[in-house]
Amino acid sequence: MKRILTATLTATLVAVMLAMGGWSAGVMAASSPAGAPLKVALVLAQGGLGDLSYNDLAYKGLEKAAKDFAGRVTVRTIQSADIVSQAEQVLRSTGQLGFDLVIDLEFSSADALARVAPNYPKTHFAIFNTIVNKPNATSVMFQEQEGSFLAGALAAMVTSNPSIPGINADRTIGVIGGTKSLGIDKFIVGYIEGARYVDPKIKVLVSYSNTFGDPGKGKQMAQAMFEQGADIVYQVAGGTGQGVIEAAKASGHYAIGVDTDQDYLAPGAVLTSMIKRADVAVYTLIQRELVRRGGGGDVVTLGLAQGAIGLSPMTYTRNRIPKEYLTKLEAIKQGILAGSIKVDDITKAKDPSAIEARLGLGK
Amino acid sequence: MSGLLAIFGNMQLWASTLSLSVPLVLPALGGTFSERTGVVNIAMEGIMLIGAFFAVFFSSLTMNPWVGLLGAVVAGGIMAVIFAWAAIRLRSDQVIIGMAVNIFASGLTAYLLNTIFGFGGTPVNTPMLPHLNWPWLGRIPVLGPLLNDQSILVYITLLLVVAGHFFLFHTRLGLRMRAVGENPEAADTAGINVYRIRYLGVLISGFLSALAGAYLSIGVLNSFEVDMTNGRGYIALAAMIFGRWTPFGSFGAALLFGFASALSMPLQSSVAAKNLVQMLPYVVTILALIGVGGKSVAPAADGVPYEAEK
Repeated sequence: MKRILTATLTATLVAVMLAMGGWSAGVMAASSPAGAPLKVALVLAQGGLGDLSYNDLAYKGLEKAAKDFAGRVTVRTIQSADIVSQAEQVLRSTGQLGFDLVIDLEFSSADALARVAPNYPKTHFAIFNTIVNKPNATSVMFQEQEGSFLAGALAAMVTSNPSIPGINADRTIGVIGGTKSLGIDKFIVGYIEGARYVDPKIKVLVSYSNTFGDPGKGKQMAQAMFEQGADIVYQVAGGTGQGVIEAAKASGHYAIGVDTDQDYLAPGAVLTSMIKRADVAVYTLIQRELVRRGGGGDVVTLGLAQGAIGLSPMTYTRNRIPKEYLTKLEAIKQGILAGSIKVDDITKAKDPSAIEARLGLGK
Repeated sequence: MSGLLAIFGNMQLWASTLSLSVPLVLPALGGTFSERTGVVNIAMEGIMLIGAFFAVFFSSLTMNPWVGLLGAVVAGGIMAVIFAWAAIRLRSDQVIIGMAVNIFASGLTAYLLNTIFGFGGTPVNTPMLPHLNWPWLGRIPVLGPLLNDQSILVYITLLLVVAGHFFLFHTRLGLRMRAVGENPEAADTAGINVYRIRYLGVLISGFLSALAGAYLSIGVLNSFEVDMTNGRGYIALAAMIFGRWTPFGSFGAALLFGFASALSMPLQSSVAAKNLVQMLPYVVTILALIGVGGKSVAPAADGVPYEAEK
């Protein structure tokens, strides 16, 4: 009797967990199909919905497309508690379910996608931030280094001016990455280059949290940087970064948000946010697909020039930043657009370690 | 060398050590109570997560962080009772049922986060527990900067460690708990209700784990993230073992682990070998466990379900 109870209890727990978190796919806008609506799946990256960042923004683009193209598309989000190791199974199941367009937000699924895509030629896959060379796969590349360059340039200007509240005499700024990987170092390299462009002698502290979901750790790491003389810390660490913003608020210094406009999370304590318009990308992909089904084998580049990368409007901090800084920032932006200012993309570099060595990024 | 001196001489390092240790000290103390009565509570990780979520939930619902704290403790208590029922009454394998609770908690909180708060995450205006800042305390050298301006839960934790030691080693109920963990048959013969004592041990560990979760979500922050406990419940178990199943020992071990984490942060920005430095907390954990190996002093009936004779 007791053994049966135990087994039942365990089975129930496992079943509930499977239904809830482990592997959840939710139909959000299953409007009644007229004709053959386009079936779109959005595979979320590490961190999932609620990260107030990349995933949430991409989801907004999906929502907007579902609304604007009501009746012509059905959309689904697919979230896995462990997307990195389950990528192949997740992608395979989207092919089997007969989706027309599968947008994969997870950078690390490239190898899995390259294996899966040829098995489902009727499905058009799109992946962000990495290149997959298959006839039915589109690669979307964000030029995050460009926006990070602007963030670094602004931080370098602001940290040199102790008359701005919360700024000390040290010309030191910081950046906290989620993992030591090319995808994250792409931001960090742009940031350091931007800061050095403005002030070649600036000190940039670099740390990695090794987790995207531990805001408590993020807060402590940012506090450690503020203790070491930094007054502006850029976070490239997903949910961990919420702790960086919290630390800036608690200590009266500044954080720089990432992916979405995070300025509102702690008004006045977030200097600016480096925005990556994942929503624009998702929306554009769906729109493209409605015009012409299928396709792939191409690379879509989205950066400053396409308005898909940029800094937030600095709603709460703009009045503290001297006008000439913003003017100079605009000039730098024009310089990047014109090609007179070169920003390194470490993901495309032939020898990434040379860039790392030049910027003092350790192993 | 002067760089190292600057790192170790910085009071922030020691203050961080204390605040980083709290989410390890509380479950380590809780685990001590649970294991002293003979139940291995590996479910503390999941109970922490439940506590973290419901702390934010009730805090944002009522705009009162104390209600959040209470809600966390109640939710953690309920989860602990379910675990205790399976582990004690149904005599399930404690490690397996504990893992089931952890996976369940991870899924449940991720699900509730999205259903209750939508995709924008927990509200930005969620109130957090106060930090205590006494000017007189701040003026005391060394101790002042260490203890001042910490979350109120830090002070509560310090009190709980002392109270836990007193309770376990200087009260009749504490003696009974230890007896049940060492030799439940003898305790039963002496008229002690083994089941009830074990429920109490697990419940205490549930309460303390939930407090630790609340500390993470509304003590140092005011938000909840999926899986934000990040394995602290397991590290706490290691701290408890290294601390030899005593409140003060667990406290000391948790401080050591907290110190390793705190140290890895400033070291990262000044040392080139970042990945190596980040291993520090885990290396310390492993070394600590190896060091204690061989002369294990676990309670004799730890992890062994008890069945009263008919």
